[in-house]
Amino acid sequence: MSAGDTHHPEPPSEIEARALALESLLVERGLLTSEAVDEVIRAFEQDIGPMRGARAVARAWVDAAFKQRLLTDAKTAFGEIGITEHQAEELIVVENTPATHNVIVCTLCSCYPWMILGLPPTWYKSAPYRSRVVIEPRSVLLEMGLEVPREVEVRVWDSSAEIRYMVLPRRPAGTDGWSEERLASIVTRDCMVGVAVPVVPAVPVA
Amino acid sequence: MSDPDREVADLDGLPRKNGELVFEAPWQGRAFGMAAVLRNERGLEWDAFRGALIETIAREPDAPYYASWLAALERVLLDRDVLTKQEIDRRQAEYRTMERQGVF
Repeated sequence: MSAGDTHHPEPPSEIEARALALESLLVERGLLTSEAVDEVIRAFEQDIGPMRGARAVARAWVDAAFKQRLLTDAKTAFGEIGITEHQAEELIVVENTPATHNVIVCTLCSCYPWMILGLPPTWYKSAPYRSRVVIEPRSVLLEMGLEVPREVEVRVWDSSAEIRYMVLPRRPAGTDGWSEERLASIVTRDCMVGVAVPVVPAVPVA
Repeated sequence: MSDPDREVADLDGLPRKNGELVFEAPWQGRAFGMAAVLRNERGLEWDAFRGALIETIAREPDAPYYASWLAALERVLLDRDVLTKQEIDRRQAEYRTMERQGVF
């Protein structure tokens, strides 16, 4: 099978098609929205346990050697923090730097590193995101609330049959001395897709 | 997390790993999420769903958990005349043949 042409538009499996059928019919009946389903999934994934990717990011922020391994051999690095199950595809972690901001997409469907980021949100699968983020990434990011400074290059990584990507965001200022757990708590799914950056919560005024 | 969500989360037998809810594939999350939304927003009686789930699992104990989950959800929707088997079959076939496009 040659790369690139057969990966995405593969017919869904029997059970995938069944789930798609139920969801699309329920949406048409006005009984649910796909966004509401997304929200339930997000709540469960985040409330019940931190995302796997966030733990790797936090470790990379405090351990330069781990970061190097994460960037060169992501699956092995994930194994070090106890995450040994992976999708068959290669996993590549791309690092945000002062000069480069990365964002991931799947232009043809919804390839996504879900073993480490959970389930893809509906907008990731939407035609406007998939088509526009490649052509005008800055505008799309701005619409999603992220302004990337002019001098920072935006790189868009298009997922493929063989490769899934995850973004390693930059550690924000004001997090010196934080534990890995606390660091992981500010690394959201959107940060690892590259449509947001980690934000240190404002200190509540006493 | 709201109480209804906790009720869903506490359902016996939900596959977990280190306390985390684990979906092995996106469709499993959709199957899970659909039932939770119908329960939280549409008054789907959870006992009825759970009953259907238990029956489905008992009938095919080796089936993947979320396959049973999806079948149970379908069962309660058919029982309540929300959907018909014919239209689900037809829609499923459209996705299978890619006459209709959908991704998770």
